[in-house]
Amino acid sequence: MIASAIASLARLLTGARAHWRGCAPEPRQRIYFANHTSNLDFVLLWASLPPAIRRQTRPIAAHDYWTGSAVRRWTAAKIFRAVLIERKKVTRENSPLGPMLAALAGGSSLILFPEGTRRPDGELNDFKPGLYHLAKERPDVELVPVFIENLNRVLPKGEVLPVPILCSVTFGTPIALQPGEPKGDFIARARDAVLQLRPA
Amino acid sequence: MNLDRETLWLFGGMIAILTVASVIGAILRRRVTSDGGRKVVDNLVARTRAWWVMCAVFGTALAIGRLAPVVMFALTSFLALREFITLTPTRPGDHRALFWAFFVILPLHYWFLADQWLGMFLVFIPVYAFLFIPIRTAMAGETERFLERTAKVQWGLMVCVYFTSYAPALLMLRIPGFSAENPAQNAKLLFFLVFVTQISDVLQYVWGKLCGKHPVAPKVSPNKTVEGLVGGGLSATLLGACLWWSTPFTFAQAAGLSAVIVAMGFCGGLVMSAIKRDRGVKDYGESIPGHGGVMDRIDSLCFAAPVFFHLVRKFFC
Repeated sequence: MIASAIASLARLLTGARAHWRGCAPEPRQRIYFANHTSNLDFVLLWASLPPAIRRQTRPIAAHDYWTGSAVRRWTAAKIFRAVLIERKKVTRENSPLGPMLAALAGGSSLILFPEGTRRPDGELNDFKPGLYHLAKERPDVELVPVFIENLNRVLPKGEVLPVPILCSVTFGTPIALQPGEPKGDFIARARDAVLQLRPA
Repeated sequence: MNLDRETLWLFGGMIAILTVASVIGAILRRRVTSDGGRKVVDNLVARTRAWWVMCAVFGTALAIGRLAPVVMFALTSFLALREFITLTPTRPGDHRALFWAFFVILPLHYWFLADQWLGMFLVFIPVYAFLFIPIRTAMAGETERFLERTAKVQWGLMVCVYFTSYAPALLMLRIPGFSAENPAQNAKLLFFLVFVTQISDVLQYVWGKLCGKHPVAPKVSPNKTVEGLVGGGLSATLLGACLWWSTPFTFAQAAGLSAVIVAMGFCGGLVMSAIKRDRGVKDYGESIPGHGGVMDRIDSLCFAAPVFFHLVRKFFC
């Protein structure tokens, strides 16, 4: 209930509109991957999904940030059911792929920000290779590119209080790993798919 | 509630106009065959539907009276300012100033209005917000395009909040022989202003569609034509004059004031279009189906309201 209240609040503040340009909001297993400019990104993307799909979609979040305080820990675990991954001291044992694959095996869809960190100016960093490995392990899961517009202006990095700016969330055509496609090519193609959704 | 006989007549007239528009839309929908024509008719039907909703909201606020119209216009200002700021590129250094603009300056300004503190209402945004915004922005430390950025925020506040709020400010006036004893009478003055600005927009659109040929300002707003302006402006002035019985004005005075409202409304539409063209968009938003954003709907009201307010205050109070 708190979760849907937060979702409504985020939508109210940003007047957010979901544009399903390349696919429809279907209840099939997917990985939504998007540009990352603000802490509110996953909240808004998640809020843009129909409630039924929302319930089976879990955001991927950084372990170091979301366990930083009791409130954050509780929010991540109870409200958003976030899948926490290690991004600082990655070893073979705590590889970020493990929890993500486990969540996929549990039937959930995922929200992923392949840039790994926020980019305050609204541009797009290079993607990290996680998406490639997920695509290789789970070719049955659809990979949906998403572009979130303007959210960096609602809550820039380092700010606590949001301002109301109109945002949009655009869902593009799903992409898939081609047989034998090299890692670098696929990651670049995934990044282009997100960039193409950016309004002119 | 303040529903006297005259107000009921005004509401009845509104419902009659909307009904006629809906019927015309339904007839046109059945008769139109070309693809281009269908698009225009679909837009017309969407617009009419949105008009029903907007009239219902406005009518309810007027009927409740007292604070309801003030709250309604405060929310309208909020939505318009959000559209305006969204369209205007801001930088992270503006964040705190914007937070103040949305969540402190805007509510305070409308609170002064609700509190009937006319002196403060008139100077708060032009003086105190004007001083505060650049101070807060300078403290944030980002100097790139400083003047341009603070000017944009101030401009947004002036147009979306300050000018718009002149419409509900009419409720504060005490006009001898009209609303000196019963301020609730001023609701009809507010209705007059809103009706003339909006019907002028509608009639300019209709005249333009029916016989518009020569664009007034092709670069700024290709849809505004001389025929639309003259035909729509004159018919709106006439309709406004015909509402004289619900106002403190004579027929001639109501006609003159309507003409001023129409002229200022046209200029408001032109100026706000120039901003849209500069930013390369057609509408300020998509929150009102068929119309665009809230700002697209109130652009004429923003410019007409302050002039109308001061004319009435000067010559009728």
